[in-house]
Amino acid sequence: MSKTAPPQQDHTIRVAGEKGEVTLAVSGRLALENLNVVRTEIQGLLSQIAPARLAVDLAGVEYLDSAGALVLLEVEGAARARNIAFSFVNLTPEVQGILDLIDPAALSTPPLISEKTPALLEQVGEASLRIWRDLVQVMTFLGELLLALAYSLLHPRSVRWGEVFFYLKRAGVDGLPIVGLISLLLGLIIAFMSSLQLKQFGANIYVASLLAIAMVKELGPIMTAILVAGRSGSAFAAEIGTMVVNEEVDALVSMGFDPVRFLAVPKVLATVVAVPLLTLYADLFGILGGMIVGVVGLDLTVFTYISETQKSLDLFEIVSSLVKAGVFAVLIAGIGCQRGFQVRGGAQSVGAATTSAVVAAIFLIIVTDSAFAIVLHYIQ
Amino acid sequence: MIISDKTPVILVEGLTARFGDDVIFENVNFQVYRGEILVILGGSGCGKSTLLKHMIGLYRPAAGRVLVNGVDVNTDDDKELRRLRMGIGVLFQSGALFGSMTLAENLALPLQEYTDLSPADIELIVKMKLGLVQLAGYENHLPSEISGGMKKRAGLARAMALDPNVLFFDEPSAGLDPITSVELDNLINSINAGMGTTMVIVTHELESIFSIAHRVVILDKGARGIIAMGDPRDLQEHSQDPRVVNFFNRKPMH
Repeated sequence: MSKTAPPQQDHTIRVAGEKGEVTLAVSGRLALENLNVVRTEIQGLLSQIAPARLAVDLAGVEYLDSAGALVLLEVEGAARARNIAFSFVNLTPEVQGILDLIDPAALSTPPLISEKTPALLEQVGEASLRIWRDLVQVMTFLGELLLALAYSLLHPRSVRWGEVFFYLKRAGVDGLPIVGLISLLLGLIIAFMSSLQLKQFGANIYVASLLAIAMVKELGPIMTAILVAGRSGSAFAAEIGTMVVNEEVDALVSMGFDPVRFLAVPKVLATVVAVPLLTLYADLFGILGGMIVGVVGLDLTVFTYISETQKSLDLFEIVSSLVKAGVFAVLIAGIGCQRGFQVRGGAQSVGAATTSAVVAAIFLIIVTDSAFAIVLHYIQ
Repeated sequence: MIISDKTPVILVEGLTARFGDDVIFENVNFQVYRGEILVILGGSGCGKSTLLKHMIGLYRPAAGRVLVNGVDVNTDDDKELRRLRMGIGVLFQSGALFGSMTLAENLALPLQEYTDLSPADIELIVKMKLGLVQLAGYENHLPSEISGGMKKRAGLARAMALDPNVLFFDEPSAGLDPITSVELDNLINSINAGMGTTMVIVTHELESIFSIAHRVVILDKGARGIIAMGDPRDLQEHSQDPRVVNFFNRKPMH
C-alpha cells in the first residue's frame, strides 16, 4: 500500500526583494506530508540567493502543523548559522501558537540514556555475571521451596488442597491423551525399528525386553517430563509472571502470605503426584505399542510378549524410575514458578520467563537423568 | 484559540450501545466543534468509556453512527479508514505505551506506518514531540523506567505523532497526583490553544473540568443517555436538574 498520496502542489513559495534583503512569501499548506518538498525548496532558494537579510512572510499560510512549523524553525536556524538576519512577518495567531509550542532546545537535547553498545569483553563479563546470578537465584528459590514443602508436610492443613487438585487435573488428567499417544507411537517405532535388526538373527523375542527396559528406565520418565515441562511448566511461569506484573504477588506479601507457600507449593505438590503417575501410564502405552508390533509383525503371542516383558523388569527398576520422575516433577514445577517470580516489567518479560521455564526445565531434566544413570548403576 | 468556530468535527447521531440485552445508552446525539475541548462527564458505570470507544470506532454501535472529520468511524472502506486514523489520536487511561519499545520507538511507529519520512526526519519529529510534552532527552527510556505522569505525557506525544486534528482522552488524570494532574491539564490547554486541536475528554475529576472544558456532556446511568450539555459553570450555577446539581455538589445521585 502506498503510504501518503504523491505530494501535490499545495503550497507556493514566492521570492521578492533585492539581493540584500529578500522576502520569502510562503502560502498554502505546510504539513507532515510535504515536509521534505518544502524543506528542499527553501534550502535550494537560500543557497541560490544568499541574502544578507531574510524575512519569511507567513500571511498566506492556510494550514500549518507541527511538522510544518519544524521546517520554518529549521530555516530560521540555518539562516542564523549563516549570519543572515532573519525574521518572520505577518504571523497569524494560529501560526504563532504552533511556533510557540515547539521548544527548539528539545531538538538538540541528547538522550539521557545513550544507545552505545558495550565492548565485547564487557558483554562477556556481564553475561557471565548474569548466568552466575541466575544460578544463585535458582538455588535460593529451590531452597525456599524445599523449606516450604517441608513446612507443608508438617502442617498439612496449611496447604490449599483445592488448588492442588485443580493443578493435578491441569498437569495430570488433561495431559493423559497427549502422553498416551506419544508413548504409544514411540513404542511402535522403537519396536518396529529394532525388530528389523533382530529378525536377521532370529531374536524376535528380545523386542519385548528391549522395549520394556528402554521405556521404563529412560524414555518413559524423560518423555513424560518433557511433555509436562512444555504443558505445565510454561503455564506456571506465565501465570505467576502475570500475577507479578499485576502486582498480585505484592498484594500477597503485603497481606502476610508467603508467595512461595501460597502459589508454588500447590503446583509442586500436584506435579509431584502427577508426573510419576503419568510416567507409569506412558510406560504402559509404550509397551502396548511394542506389543502391537510384536503380535502383528513378529508372530509373538500376547502371552509370550507380556511374560518376556515381566521377566526383563524388576521392582527396583520400576520404583527407581518413578522416584526419578518425582525429582523431575520438582524441577519442572520449581523452575516454572521461579521463572514466573523473576518477571519484571511487562508482557515481553512474561514471554521470556515462559520460554526460559521450558528450556531450563528440559536442560535440568537431562542433567539430572545423567546423574541418576550413574548413581543407579552403582547402587544396583 | 479557535473556539468560536462552529464547524462540527464530530457528529454523534442516534447512538445506541447495547451489550447483549443490557442497554448502556440510547439515542445519544451531540456535536463537537472545531478547536473545542468537550468533556464527557458522569458517574461510574454510566457508559462514558463505552461512548468514547464508540467514538473512536473500537465498538460497533447497536444503532446510530459517529462521524469524525466527515468519515463514519465504522466504515468498511480501507482508504477512508486510513484517512480517519491519521486524523485522530487517542490517549488511553494507562498511556498504553508498548512496553518492549523505547519512547522514541513508540512515537516513531505511527510515523513509519503512515508517512514516507526518512529515519532522520522521524528522529527529528520524535524529538520535537517529546519536547512538546516536556520529555526532551527521554527517547531511549523504556516505559517501565518512567513515572505514571510521564507515561501519560509520552502516550499523548504518541497520539499527536501525526498531528491529528482530533484528540481523545480516556480519564487523563486517573492515577495521577493532584499536581501532576494539573500539569497535564495545563499541557492539554496549551496544545489546544497552540494547535487548535479538537479534544474529547472522558473524566470524572471535577477539579479539572473547570480548568479545561469549554463544554460538558453529562451522562446518567438511570437516564441511559445525556441529561445535560453546556458550559460547566453555567450548568453548575443554573441547572434545575437535581441529578446535575447533585453531581456538581458531589452527592450520591440515587
